[in-house]
Amino acid sequence: MALKFTRKPGNELEKEGRSLEPTLGETEYVCPNCHRTLPESTLDAGMWVCTCGHHFRISARKRLALLTDEGSFSELFGDIESNDPLAFPGYQKKLEKARETSGEKESVVTGTASFSGIKAAVFAMTPDFMMGSMGTATGEKITRLFEYAAENSLPVVGWTVSGGARMQEGLLSLMQMAKTSGAVKKHSDRGLLYITVLTDPTTGGVTASFAMEGDIIMAEPGATVGFAGRRVVEQTTMESLPRDFQTSEFILAHGFADIITPRSDEKRLISALLGFHGETR
Amino acid sequence: MTAYDRVRTARNTSRPTTQDYITAMFTGFIELHGDRRYRDDEAIIGGLAYLGDMPVTVIGIEKGHDTIERMRRSFGAPEPEGYRKALRLMKQAEKFRRPVICFVDTSGAYCGIGAEERGQGQAIAENLMEMMTLRTPIISVLIGEGGSGGALALAVSDRVWMLENAVYSVISPEGCASILYKDASEAPKAAESLRLTAADALSFRVAERVISEEGIGTEEFYGALAGDLYEELGRLAGTEDLTEKRYQRFRSFGNYKDIK
Repeated sequence: MALKFTRKPGNELEKEGRSLEPTLGETEYVCPNCHRTLPESTLDAGMWVCTCGHHFRISARKRLALLTDEGSFSELFGDIESNDPLAFPGYQKKLEKARETSGEKESVVTGTASFSGIKAAVFAMTPDFMMGSMGTATGEKITRLFEYAAENSLPVVGWTVSGGARMQEGLLSLMQMAKTSGAVKKHSDRGLLYITVLTDPTTGGVTASFAMEGDIIMAEPGATVGFAGRRVVEQTTMESLPRDFQTSEFILAHGFADIITPRSDEKRLISALLGFHGETR
Repeated sequence: MTAYDRVRTARNTSRPTTQDYITAMFTGFIELHGDRRYRDDEAIIGGLAYLGDMPVTVIGIEKGHDTIERMRRSFGAPEPEGYRKALRLMKQAEKFRRPVICFVDTSGAYCGIGAEERGQGQAIAENLMEMMTLRTPIISVLIGEGGSGGALALAVSDRVWMLENAVYSVISPEGCASILYKDASEAPKAAESLRLTAADALSFRVAERVISEEGIGTEEFYGALAGDLYEELGRLAGTEDLTEKRYQRFRSFGNYKDIK
């Protein structure tokens, strides 16, 4: 049986009656949720949220450009990058490839930016660098950012994306979980605010450290958020998993996130939250 | 001995577990149960005991010995409640100025629907954060497997000691091999690459001491370890800026380029 769909205008652009058709030669993307094809310009103008509501994964730079005050981002610790401390098989090549595809030196971008005029220390992890895995350079940048924010009495706003601790740096990656948590604690003990925004996917060692340590934990709709990988849980328990297992909605329902926010409302909400915490405008 | 031989030794079910250490090294042990939130996780044992004349809080991950006990203890894979119980007892130790001794032996935090529903990641994260500033000395002894975040959640400590054949790793060699070589049977190769032995941990300064397993399980072995712990706790008790030193201990871990 053939199904017919009538679709209501989903995003701001469509409501304004703007075209979803690509201009000639433009890159198109297929939405992993509704399988609709969308031209890059449309996605760009709609904050990389599909008309069906699916939030595309976006790079750290794109995120910072979209969600902080225009031109306010100023990078810090941008010279830090990974070594290959264990001489781990294939790691050098993987790093080179990640640097090439992402244009970043590491899986996280750190600095300061403002939200409706309120200054904060910010970090954004990037999915195009080894899926945001946490190596020792990642841990170092996050740690330095929290130390910088503590010294300068700034709140921290951070977007997490990560497959977890980076296996290629072994035990040293694992130690970044403790190192970053210690830095979060020091910042927190100074009475400063830390807001995390969990984005797709946030898992493993990052979930089990600074992602879950925010005073306020926001999450983008439909993001995968969990500790153990879904497939691992499935194989271990041999049970069928709830449909919404390890999603933003699931962790909100179980009490581990404060609020789910669509990307279009993130900046307003972050600004409002910062406003509650005594930062000067 | 290859790295994977050590992994196998660390997993050997006839190896002494937390209970054996508690029985042999401490006196007057009183077990305290539960996380005061949801339930008692039997994968973690904790309570009060004397180490010589010193009252301490002792906490450890317990794998169990026979099959029935091992099942009851989830084979030493703690759920969030286990970590929350451990943190509760550590906070209690801080309040009553007792040092904390942790025995670590786990393949990793429990992997299951309930564990995810009740915030496995959050529970571990909270331990990492809170242990960092706990105002009482903490020594962790890795007696077998040190499986990733599930082990670290009891090892944000002033000193980490490892038994000669204990291992400490970000991922199991099998997990690593199935990612790296698409074949879990390549685990021995992965174990070498991961640098997970006690000697490796010592070289990274993630561990301060490797404990010889000569005579493991004998009275002499336990006696020597108890004596060493007693001495080290005494030293730590007199340390100024204990929590700052603990922070710096972890702060120093990493190997990266800063090209500026």
